[in-house]
Amino acid sequence: MRDKQIEDLKDYKYGFSTDIESFKAPKGLNEEVIKFISNIKKEPKWLLDWRLKAFERLKVLKEPDWQKPKYPKIDYQDLYYYSAPKSFKDKPKSLDELDPKLLETYQKLGIPLNEQKRLNGIAVDAVFDSVSVATTFKETLTKQGIIFCSISEAVQKHPELVKKYLGTVIPLTDHFFATLNSAVFTDGSFVYIPPGVRCPMELSTYFRINASDTGQFERTLIIADKGSYVSYLEGCTAPMRDENQLHAANVELIALDDAEIKYSTVQNWYPGDKDGKGGIYNFVTKRGLCKGKNSKISWTQVETGSAITWKYPSCILKGDNSIGEFYSIAITNNHQKADTGTKMIHLGKNTKSKIISKGISAGFSDMTYRGLVDISPKATNSNNFTQCDSLLMGNKCGAHTVPYIKNKNSDSNIAHEATTSKISEEQLHYCQQRGLNPEEAVGLIVNGFCKEVLQQLPMEFAVEAQKLVGISLEGSVG
Amino acid sequence: MLKISNLSAKIENKSILQDFKLEINPGEVHAIMGPNGSGKSTLSNILSGKKGYDVKGEVLFENIDLFSLETEERAHKGIFLAFQYPLEIPGVNTNVFLKTSLNAIKKARGEKELDAIQFLKLVKEKAKELKFDEEKLGRQLNVGFSGGEKKKNEILQMSILNPKLSILDETDSGLDIDALKTVADGVNALRKKNNSFLIITHYQRLLEYIKPDFVHVLMNGKIIKSGGPELALELEKKGYENIN
Repeated sequence: MRDKQIEDLKDYKYGFSTDIESFKAPKGLNEEVIKFISNIKKEPKWLLDWRLKAFERLKVLKEPDWQKPKYPKIDYQDLYYYSAPKSFKDKPKSLDELDPKLLETYQKLGIPLNEQKRLNGIAVDAVFDSVSVATTFKETLTKQGIIFCSISEAVQKHPELVKKYLGTVIPLTDHFFATLNSAVFTDGSFVYIPPGVRCPMELSTYFRINASDTGQFERTLIIADKGSYVSYLEGCTAPMRDENQLHAANVELIALDDAEIKYSTVQNWYPGDKDGKGGIYNFVTKRGLCKGKNSKISWTQVETGSAITWKYPSCILKGDNSIGEFYSIAITNNHQKADTGTKMIHLGKNTKSKIISKGISAGFSDMTYRGLVDISPKATNSNNFTQCDSLLMGNKCGAHTVPYIKNKNSDSNIAHEATTSKISEEQLHYCQQRGLNPEEAVGLIVNGFCKEVLQQLPMEFAVEAQKLVGISLEGSVG
Repeated sequence: MLKISNLSAKIENKSILQDFKLEINPGEVHAIMGPNGSGKSTLSNILSGKKGYDVKGEVLFENIDLFSLETEERAHKGIFLAFQYPLEIPGVNTNVFLKTSLNAIKKARGEKELDAIQFLKLVKEKAKELKFDEEKLGRQLNVGFSGGEKKKNEILQMSILNPKLSILDETDSGLDIDALKTVADGVNALRKKNNSFLIITHYQRLLEYIKPDFVHVLMNGKIIKSGGPELALELEKKGYENIN
């Protein structure tokens, strides 16, 4: 019966929910709940203190309201901040002990956790509501000294690393949602690549919100030590629900001398129905610090889901000669809204940044590219190139570009290019005359428009992302 | 194969085609000649399924009512239009476009789709026959192509899709003599017992290389005279005004 239902959910095929008993913290946001979370995760005192400090700070912070998409006021006391499958009170030691329903859920999502069915050599960490349920390929990675586990596990097993880097890129005091995350974050991934190691496989985290009335506050921390390389990918889905759900994650990346981090996101949270009811509020803080010289951080994002997407994956280019990149495809359809872009903060000498943003809006949706390029007085001989392209479908959607550009020294260069276009009737007719139906035609044209960004994704995900681009725009022509 | 009866077409209340009749049998090559504004492009637009026209009358393709079919379904049934102004699609590789098109048609017909290797073999072979620069196949569809290259690309697509009825909408306009010959070679290579052509043109020049079976003169939305290849020569001599 459930499978039949899934078949029917053509619009959003991940919209099913898993019938699993969950164990929740009491509703509401207060010191007790934070202590509850910290306690259940058996955290050391320094981390609880850190959370409480964030909570203190949160009390004086105001929710930002400068973004273009407006949303009804969120009642933070009416949310659950911790939800875990009941069978997780004592975490299973191996996949064999995992609730079969959970395994089934990930199987349905196309994420096999069973290592025998290896996913093209990709190590996966799966996060279900508030907890990490499984991490694959641990042994293979451990041999090279790579740490890839849930952040809860890292707190227990590698406290010195967590303590050293947590909150160094996104400080406790940063802004409302980031600080909220610091107070109540539940789980997420932790990655450490030792000096000189090139991570032999893609690392991937798969986030799934299942329980209702639950916010997901995951925290991801990735450290690439000197001369190392890692490519990391996250994917996200959620069941279809009538109410809006909050997802406020923090992601911190740190690249030391000569290290490179490539971070890709395929975000497909439930976008709400055709009339804009329900869907995820995706309010995420992602920031990378190019701490060492010659380091590089590259963000690639394909944002197709969520009712509202509000995020600016950023790079702080502190090390001399460091490089920051941002490749983005954002698609909004029906009543979806997105306010997204990046910040490139140039602090070191000879730093370079590149921004390629492709926004596609259809239906009644609204899309804003907002980006900051800030070249400080000491960041001499630096440069930025920005390309912002918008594609509109139909005449009821909107596209806006809001670039903030600050160049504080005279020998650095900034270039900004922007275009806005529409898919023409003639292009559609041409493709249809060649045998493509209107949806295939739009998919082809849009994929062409996004090509520069799609090329940045790891191969397996590029194919998935291409399909997703097509699916997201279904029903937008005709 | 194609039977058009009493076709009339209007766009924004302006009458373009009136009481238009034409029958094309398998294997025949028909040329339609006419001055600017006589309705030539409207005819190809309507046959290919372009929206925006107010159409009356009947068009049967292999005894199926053409107007009951979507544009892509007409393509699946074997109708091909070589566009007068081929469209640019940025970011889409020419090879990818061709393969997507061929496989969409094959899939609709329940035939086996070609994999990448089979496709490349086919496309290379056809490109060579048409002297189409292979390097262009790796470029974005029609982006930065010259006028002649765009038209040759249409003919390349035609020869790969191997349609039953090919409509060439002023494919010869703007071509130099070498490109014209290539286009003609492409058509002649496809000319078989069952493949038919409808060639829309201003000039007799193309018809020196593609011998039509029938020539029709289109004026003010109506065919005013039909004949054999000699009619094209007569037109060239007398001009459209004096043909009656």
